[in-house]
Amino acid sequence: MSATIRVNGRDEELAAATVAELLRRRGIDGSRGVAVAVNGVVAPSRNWVSHALAAGDEVEIVRPFGGG
Amino acid sequence: MTHIAAADAGDALVIAGRRFASRLLLGTGGYPNQQVMLDSLAAAQPAMATVSIRRISLEGYAESIVDLVGGRYPLLPNTAGCATVRDAVMTAQLAREALETDWVKLELIGDRETLYPDVEQLLRATEELVKDGFTVLPYCNDDPVSCRKLADAGAAAVMPLGSPIGSGLGIVNTYAIERICATSSVPVILDAGIGTASDAAQAMELGCDGVLLNTAVAKAHDPRRMAAAMRAAVIAGRDARLAGRIPKRTQAEPSSPQLGLIGG
Repeated sequence: MSATIRVNGRDEELAAATVAELLRRRGIDGSRGVAVAVNGVVAPSRNWVSHALAAGDEVEIVRPFGGG
Repeated sequence: MTHIAAADAGDALVIAGRRFASRLLLGTGGYPNQQVMLDSLAAAQPAMATVSIRRISLEGYAESIVDLVGGRYPLLPNTAGCATVRDAVMTAQLAREALETDWVKLELIGDRETLYPDVEQLLRATEELVKDGFTVLPYCNDDPVSCRKLADAGAAAVMPLGSPIGSGLGIVNTYAIERICATSSVPVILDAGIGTASDAAQAMELGCDGVLLNTAVAKAHDPRRMAAAMRAAVIAGRDARLAGRIPKRTQAEPSSPQLGLIGG
């Protein structure tokens, strides 16, 4: 079985080496309003390029939506 | 003409040392479409616009709400739907990263039916976030004791509910809201339950420092018009509060002279 990570609650194959690559593969322009947490800790955008992903990581990718 | 209105008289809403020209906070959820939301914001001229933080796969609007609204109104992220301290703190931290603000509307829901706050967890999350440098505005019960405890824990304002979120029932316990306003050491923002303009005016008349609403505008037949009505209502209610209402009497008191009636 190949290595997996969990992204926004769904398991997927670990194909990206870093947070930046994960976002790029999903077509997410991380310039404005996107925030990422890995294993319950916020990953600041300045570190996305160097932040390596490992098997078993739990990643949350969020952005603001309408709300009250 | 001398125009004496609260909004013009230097009577700003001040939270955590920051001044706001408006005492109305407006939510950005549930509008028929993006343009109506933007028009409603323009009509309401809110102090802040609230937003939620959600996983990115949920595509609502094509454009980011940050690009649409962020330049025009300060954005206040919420932790809506969070049921644990951990999720609420994580959401606040993600919001800080996403929006570059350390302000947060803290919601900790204790019951899915009523969406009533979980006071015990709310207090813990407030303490934790204040320690982490956040300016915390907790959505809370209409209870003077919980409001006092939240203020003591470092909340920058308290935001008691008028009635359940989205219910439009108005302020069901006016006594409690008035007591909270009379005793709170931090600003009081009436949050949740507003159904129409008179509810917003009533909140201000009871002594609230501001009103936060969303559904009453977003789901109105004409959201833009309701947004304008809410803006006017908050200003009118604040003016009425500052002007001081007359005492209630059990009998009539004529306002016309008693003497000089014809046919006497």
